[in-house]
Amino acid sequence: MKHARVLRGVAGVAGFLAAAEVVGATGLIDDRFLPRMSMILRGAAELLVDQEFLADARASLAAWGLGLLLTVAVAVPAGLALGALPPVERAVRPLIEFLRPIPSVAIIPLAILIFSDNLHLRVAVVVYAASWPIVINTIYALQDVDPLAKETLRSFGFGPVSVLLRVALPSAAPFIATGIRVAAGTAVILVVSAELLAGGAEGIGIYITEAASGNRMDLMLGAALWAGLFGVLSNTALVAVERRLFRWHDVRTGAAR
Amino acid sequence: MLEITDLVHSYGSHRVLDGVSIRAAEGELVCVVGPSGCGKSTLLRSVAGLIRPTGGRVLIDGKPVDRIPDNLAVVFQDYSRSLYPWMTAANNVALPLRRRGLDRQRRREAAMAALDQVGLADAAEKYPWEMSGGMQQRVSIARALAYRPSLLLMDEPFGSVDAQTREDLEDLVLRVCAHHGMTTLLITHDIDESVYVGDRVVVLTRSPARVAADLPVGLGESRDQIATRQLDAFVRLRAEVGRLVRGGSSTSNVLEKH
Amino acid sequence: MNVIRAVGRLWLIPVTLVVWEIATRAAEQPFFPPPSATLARMGEMWLSGPATHLLLTEQALDDFGPSLARLFAGWALAAVIGVAAGIAIGCSSRLSGYLDPLIHLGRAVPPPLLVPFFLALLKLSTPAQLTTIVFGIIWPILLNTIDGTRTVDRQHLETARIFGFSTVERLTRVIIPAAMPKIFAGLRLALSLALILLIIAEILAGSGGLGYRLLTAQRTYLYTDMWGCLVVLGLLGYLLNSAFLLMERRVLAWHRNARQTT
Repeated sequence: MKHARVLRGVAGVAGFLAAAEVVGATGLIDDRFLPRMSMILRGAAELLVDQEFLADARASLAAWGLGLLLTVAVAVPAGLALGALPPVERAVRPLIEFLRPIPSVAIIPLAILIFSDNLHLRVAVVVYAASWPIVINTIYALQDVDPLAKETLRSFGFGPVSVLLRVALPSAAPFIATGIRVAAGTAVILVVSAELLAGGAEGIGIYITEAASGNRMDLMLGAALWAGLFGVLSNTALVAVERRLFRWHDVRTGAAR
Repeated sequence: MLEITDLVHSYGSHRVLDGVSIRAAEGELVCVVGPSGCGKSTLLRSVAGLIRPTGGRVLIDGKPVDRIPDNLAVVFQDYSRSLYPWMTAANNVALPLRRRGLDRQRRREAAMAALDQVGLADAAEKYPWEMSGGMQQRVSIARALAYRPSLLLMDEPFGSVDAQTREDLEDLVLRVCAHHGMTTLLITHDIDESVYVGDRVVVLTRSPARVAADLPVGLGESRDQIATRQLDAFVRLRAEVGRLVRGGSSTSNVLEKH
Repeated sequence: MNVIRAVGRLWLIPVTLVVWEIATRAAEQPFFPPPSATLARMGEMWLSGPATHLLLTEQALDDFGPSLARLFAGWALAAVIGVAAGIAIGCSSRLSGYLDPLIHLGRAVPPPLLVPFFLALLKLSTPAQLTTIVFGIIWPILLNTIDGTRTVDRQHLETARIFGFSTVERLTRVIIPAAMPKIFAGLRLALSLALILLIIAEILAGSGGLGYRLLTAQRTYLYTDMWGCLVVLGLLGYLLNSAFLLMERRVLAWHRNARQTT
């Protein structure tokens, strides 16, 4: 069953590549603008030994990882505090509801003014944008904890802090993890948007901008392909970690996806 | 009218039905009773053509069932998953009638008539979630009636409602089936119910299911929730069916279900 | 009573504004104009027009018109393609087997990275912007529709088979309504994503619209204009989401109520 699924997936990808190549080979589309599939794949392969690309990818990856770490460090405690203290959450909620709908990339021009260092800039916009899914999911998860479980512990004489640590946190953890996975995807978008917008010395967005000015479509698409593959891998890894950590948790759907 | 002969079905190596034969004459209401999990639902799904049995055959009006017959309706136990929550009661009842080639007006009339028969004329424009469980199951029955099937299959139709509603629904089914002369196969795990509702009771053994007995009820046409259940014939038959249902296994305790 | 309750709920917003006002006035930092100045500038930019135009200025029409048109066009296009393809893929486990890896790859490509490519390919900014939006937001619609179509209750489908529904009836009366709650969830996510991609596309490939205004304001040191754009984008995001929720509540009344009772 699973075997057949993998086979079909491989067949689907192969079919897509072949179809794109055939369309390209007919010459209907000028391959200076839309390169043939084989050219894109060759471009993607070349990138693996291209020192400049590798340095750019490393720089983006560093900004992404650092930004995500900082986001988790800020957003999880903030979400826990708001989730554990309903009066504070009620007071802050309108503020959140106004700030959250601001399209995250719109703050990049403001961030450009504030941060002169490109790494700081990227990390800052990631923290701003990627915090929301984690904060919201954490608040939601804490409010959703079975009151019976909390009362049981309280009736055995445990204080509010141990109730938070022993019941609320473990049962909220899967939702927080889902929030982090969503945040990881948001962070990728913010990092490359900031690079495309703010320029700078290193980053995959910079690489693409340069490839565009050199009219190297094959390299642009090759780089985008690697970015996509990285996204698939990181998402798969995070899902696998969630599955291992929270095997007991059967609500695999989560609040946000 | 309905002939089930040597029906065999296995899921993988697990045999569920082991040579079940049941016959129902035109207009007869046959109850199939057996312990929970003995394969009653598999039997019903084979008759409905929803699954293809491993062996044996099912004939309706002499024609073998190889896909879903067009003169057959089913009332499922779980009304909340069988009615469409995005449609009103009337639309739920009327929708299947498109297949009967009726125009909009006639579909509507037929749906209203069926709802009237189950006592829900006033609830036609309500949505399933605005109704109690008993009312939803009445809509389900109305949908089956409006469809005018020659064979009606019911899978534990009163399994999810409270005791009072169950009695009302039992009487409703007795009334409408007699009125339309519909051949009905009703599947239940409730011994009392099978004797009260059925013209005949077929008892299945514990898995794999075989026919343990095929008993005529012989309580006459008209039945009454209080009086009928006090009759000696009812009490004796109920005891016998109870013994047969338990007889299939040393540990089974069907009465626990009540 | 209602006023008191609203004050009790919303008090932090005026407090934040006042603190922000005092802090920015004290700091006199050009990047951070006081909110009062931003608000005044917003009124001047967009709401000082003739009464016949609902006070909207020429500039308001220039900024909002093209942006909203692109936003809705992109969203509608993605909705049509995503829902249609999603239903087809969701109905066939074979098809979804072939396409699954491609969909997951497509979803993972950060859409802003493709703006330079779309711009080079399509030459014109509006088609490039639309393509960016459609490419970026189609994934949640597609995935939610596939999921919704695939998880239709088995008994709903069996009932349709028993009563001999035609393929069209099964699709329009059973599968699509049953998948609707998930489709709507995807559409709502896509709408907020569309606003993000609209801004990035207008900044990178722009020739008008709010994103372009935001960028030029920043480049020409008009910081109150820039803050005005930020505020109005937040309002826009809030309004779009609220309007969508309102519509969703109406269309999916059965879903909300059905879930409450079971």
